[in-house]
Amino acid sequence: MPTTDTRPGGAVDVRGLRKTYGGRDVVDGLDLQATAGTVTAVLGPNGAGKTTTVECCEGLRSPDGGTVRVLGLDPVTDAAALRPRVGVMLQDGGLPTGVRAMEMLRHVARMYAAPRDVDGLAERLGLPAFGRTTVRRLSGGQRQRLALAAAVVGRPEVVFLDEPSAGMDPQSRHAVWDLVRELRADGVAVVLTTHLMDEAEDLADVVHVVDHGRVIASGNVPDLLSDGTAGRSPRLRFGARPGLPVAVLATHLDDAAPDGGWTVTEDEPGEYVVTGPVHPTTLTALTTWLARHDVLATRITVGRRTLEDVFLDLTGRHLR
Amino acid sequence: MTTSPSADPAPAPAPARRRIAAQASFETRAILRNGEQLLVTIVVPVLLLVGLVRTSVVDLDTGGVARVDFVTPGILALACVTTAFTSQSIATAFDRRNGVLRLLATTPLGRGGLLAGKILGVLCVEVVQVVVIGAVALSLGWQPSLAGILPALGLVLLGTAAFTALALLLAGTLRAEGVLAVANLVLVLLVVGGGLIMAPSELPGPLSHLAAFLPSGALGEGLRGAFLGTGVPPLSIVVLLAWTAAFGAGAGKLFRWH
Repeated sequence: MPTTDTRPGGAVDVRGLRKTYGGRDVVDGLDLQATAGTVTAVLGPNGAGKTTTVECCEGLRSPDGGTVRVLGLDPVTDAAALRPRVGVMLQDGGLPTGVRAMEMLRHVARMYAAPRDVDGLAERLGLPAFGRTTVRRLSGGQRQRLALAAAVVGRPEVVFLDEPSAGMDPQSRHAVWDLVRELRADGVAVVLTTHLMDEAEDLADVVHVVDHGRVIASGNVPDLLSDGTAGRSPRLRFGARPGLPVAVLATHLDDAAPDGGWTVTEDEPGEYVVTGPVHPTTLTALTTWLARHDVLATRITVGRRTLEDVFLDLTGRHLR
Repeated sequence: MTTSPSADPAPAPAPARRRIAAQASFETRAILRNGEQLLVTIVVPVLLLVGLVRTSVVDLDTGGVARVDFVTPGILALACVTTAFTSQSIATAFDRRNGVLRLLATTPLGRGGLLAGKILGVLCVEVVQVVVIGAVALSLGWQPSLAGILPALGLVLLGTAAFTALALLLAGTLRAEGVLAVANLVLVLLVVGGGLIMAPSELPGPLSHLAAFLPSGALGEGLRGAFLGTGVPPLSIVVLLAWTAAFGAGAGKLFRWH
């Protein structure tokens, strides 16, 4: 059984990691820690440096600067000692296309002295349904489930999952998430990269938001969702006809709820966000004002920020 | 085996010998089950053997020996090239593109074990080829020099080393589609003008001097010398060693895993 990791920095300890491709800094002074028995999500937009970071942890790439330690060892120079203890799921799968699904899994299991029960693991991830199908003919989600099985079949102490839910249907995703939670309960350090907010929010104990090769925010999900990072919570959203006088509405809300400091913005035409200390009376004040101006709200939602809000606040809304 | 975590032993690798044997068997089955690979490694050499022995479409100067005795060593040389070079370069190139090499490198197999498994896999396929081609040749009346078997074995190992190194050099540096094209083209060129099946001295123009210095010509001439009982030309051994060193150094330096 993987033992609780007491080394300083935990199971994975990345400090000041730098990696340059063709003169461009893909990873630029990145710090990241992951401990045993937790799920650590590396969240970031495409091209943020997530994959390069985990590939440095897996020993597949050598850092240009900084230090990387996994279970206290150097992934490049101590590769032979680390390989049996670290499970890897690559973003592009890494599965040979000509072999049958179960044959591939059994093959990877043969690399370990005491692998997991292959049939039991396959059952958990629903692999028998396509066990005799060649990898070439599998759907994206089926391949991902097979790749995950290959990553954990050796009972690793640390698991790196690069975009584990990419291309998966909802059922597959939940099967994968359940397995990840079980790994955590067994004391495994799970590091996963994702750009799916709900995956990070539902699964991760700690989230590192990465952009432009650096960690720009870290913490557990409640911390990130609270006002610590961007200072605006909770929020009230409503849809109505475009072009309402938002400043007038904000003043009205201030009058109704004097602890105010309200801001109202029209994020997109007809999509309004009210930010401030939302009370039950806020809703009354809002609907009263709308009725007075003969505006029909098509939708009103009250909620804390989602991780997506945090993420967009931190990384900006421009496409890349 | 239990799945209960409390009974889990610490993760440990299987012994290196078992890992490499598993990879060799995996690679061998992958080649023998793939239709195109089977075609190029078994079907084409056998068809060429039967065609060259039973018909005189191709004019061969056999130097006075029976056609089957002259042709069979060349076909065995060709078989070695198809497996060690053509099939291996294409398979490795696509595995590289699909991330298979990187994934296996993160398992206890590692890069060294992967390479060892590939080389052993090539040798296993070659055993199958020798058995099939040898049986067909014997049925056509092949009478190999028995004293030549051991030297021939050594030559095949040397040829396998040289051509596997070339395969890895190609597969580790070019795009998969490029490797597919180059590997097939090179195979055809070596069959036609590389001294594999026809003696280099029979080739036209400068090729008659050049081919003996190619790894294909060296392997072909060496195997003909061994099985015809005329002895392995020392030049063959020197040439194969030199190409192995050159290709091996190139592959070691230039092979890219990503």
